[in-house]
Amino acid sequence: MVEQRFDAIVVGAGPSGNAAAYTLAKEGLNVLQLERGEYAGSKNVQGAILYSDALEKLIPNFREDAPLERHVIEQRLWMLDDASYTGMHYRSEEFNEEKPNRYTIIRAQFDKWFSQKVRDAGATVLYETTVKELIRNTSGKVIGVQTDREDGAVMADVVILAEGVNGLVGQRSGLRDELKPDTVALAVKEMHFLPRDVIESRFNLKGDEGVVIEAMGSVTLGMTGTAFLYTNEESISVGIGCLVSDFTEKREAPYELLERFKSHPAIAPLLAGSEVKEYAAHLIPEGGYNAIPSLFGDGWLMVGDAGHFVNAVHREGSNLAMTTGRVAAETVVRLHRMRKEMTKANLAEYQERLEKTFVLKDMRKYRKIPAFLHGNKETLFGLYPRLLSKAAQTWFRVDGLDKKAKEKAIVSSFRQARTLRGMIGDAFKLARAWR
Amino acid sequence: MSTETDSVKVEEKLYYNRYVVDAGRPHVKIRPHEVPSQALLALTKICPAGCYALNDKGQVEVTPDGCMECGTCRIVCADTHDIEWNYPRGGFGVLFKFG
Ligand SMILES: Cc1cc2nc3c(=O)[nH]c(=O)nc-3n(C[C@H](O)[C@H](O)[C@H](O)COP(=O)(O)OP(=O)(O)OC[C@H]3O[C@@H](n4cnc5c(N)ncnc54)[C@H](O)[C@@H]3O)c2cc1C
Ligand code: SF4
Repeated sequence: MVEQRFDAIVVGAGPSGNAAAYTLAKEGLNVLQLERGEYAGSKNVQGAILYSDALEKLIPNFREDAPLERHVIEQRLWMLDDASYTGMHYRSEEFNEEKPNRYTIIRAQFDKWFSQKVRDAGATVLYETTVKELIRNTSGKVIGVQTDREDGAVMADVVILAEGVNGLVGQRSGLRDELKPDTVALAVKEMHFLPRDVIESRFNLKGDEGVVIEAMGSVTLGMTGTAFLYTNEESISVGIGCLVSDFTEKREAPYELLERFKSHPAIAPLLAGSEVKEYAAHLIPEGGYNAIPSLFGDGWLMVGDAGHFVNAVHREGSNLAMTTGRVAAETVVRLHRMRKEMTKANLAEYQERLEKTFVLKDMRKYRKIPAFLHGNKETLFGLYPRLLSKAAQTWFRVDGLDKKAKEKAIVSSFRQARTLRGMIGDAFKLARAWR
Repeated sequence: MSTETDSVKVEEKLYYNRYVVDAGRPHVKIRPHEVPSQALLALTKICPAGCYALNDKGQVEVTPDGCMECGTCRIVCADTHDIEWNYPRGGFGVLFKFG
């Protein structure tokens, strides 16, 4: 293959792998990065919102040439029932800042750009190359990888597994278990193209401003999941995802769920007249803190989705991926400089460093949320959105009924559907899981 | 829920996508079976690319040409060992332009 020995090998060219390879190469290490796709991003799917902070820590001037779509100035949170939605909108002129905090992006284009930065920094990047397994020495230390190329073995002091949610290399090398159906969501997504002036007038935007919508409620048919609609420059990303275990149990077709969401009266007008150019599916690790596997061992580290680093409540993943990739690489750089071995004991520093970042703090804070959401899906994703819509309708309809009677009707509709005790219980459980 | 009339054709959706099919080397295979497990039956409904279908003998078959490599089927059948799942060879399979 190529030169047969490296300081480090990075498996995967998503945000976590790119962050790791970039950091290593910039610090002068001899890095090989392997990606199975024809180009970086050709296998990757995201909503997608990019959070500036994590990328800024790597490439401070990324705004100069990164393929960004729109900076987000408005966030909508919608609870849907079949005919209506109750929503919260937050829009602020302050998001029109000089260095915006969040952007929408198109992953295939963004990953390609990031990958070019990795190559510019001096890493050797090989595409169209799938890593089959890890190579270990007699004492079990990882010393390289076996690829699907001819003479495909390559050696390195350390291997960083940035292979994403379907981390076959890590699983098949026994570094962690197979994913469980109730810890991963399956999401499907379409790209809808519209002229930019149509998008801007539909969403009340000027220039590069963007809106993102997160929706939950009857569209997931009682399954644990959410839907989204994000504005890009000349397209709209629209998708929906639910836990794999719920899909299996309910036997719902994901694309039918997506159609249902697209035809919802709140969504359909936003997409009207668009041309669809892609349909994609991808898993999201949603098991939270309790699903995080071992992150390091003799000669290896795990970063990004492979390490289950997604905060499902805040819908953050790529920023955790970039941060874990960077921190893993910084650990390797330091050990390399001090001529220390890449042993399990020394690489433990990665986890110690992560403890000090928002990544593990946030993951730990929400450790009980996945079980709570899953355990109460019928109420949270079905009943409450329905009740809320009903209450709003009763409240806003002017029909000769006096206001006190309306209040009573609302309260009793909640009570009928869910006992007061049940509701207090839900609120209490949520509060506890949130802490 | 969805009736025959409003159900969508997933083939039409997959038509938007670009694939480099590794002819003769399917990356997802089903182990031969007489009676399909519940997990396999579920896949005929939940695979987002509609790769799984019942044949006229009542067994589940897979045609992974339109596969988007999500991994769902592998996870659903992890306990039943019904399928053998690998990534396509480097460079083959789905190619997202947007992702
Ligand atoms: C529908 C959806 C919406 C999302 N929305 C958001 C969002 O709005 N904001 C956000 O921050 N996050 C979001 N996420 C999560 C985010 O996409 C992930 O957390 C992030 O992509 C993880 O990055 P990664 O580098 O760890 O993995 P990936 O991006 O999955 O990259 C892994 C890479 O490794 C390669 N690879 C895998 N195995 C091998 C192998 N054996 N050999 C060679 N290469 C290999 C793959 O081809 C891939 O390029 C979303 C995810 C989905 C699915
Ligand atoms: S990986 Fe996903 S798209 Fe491919 S066959 Fe399995 S479930 Fe279907």
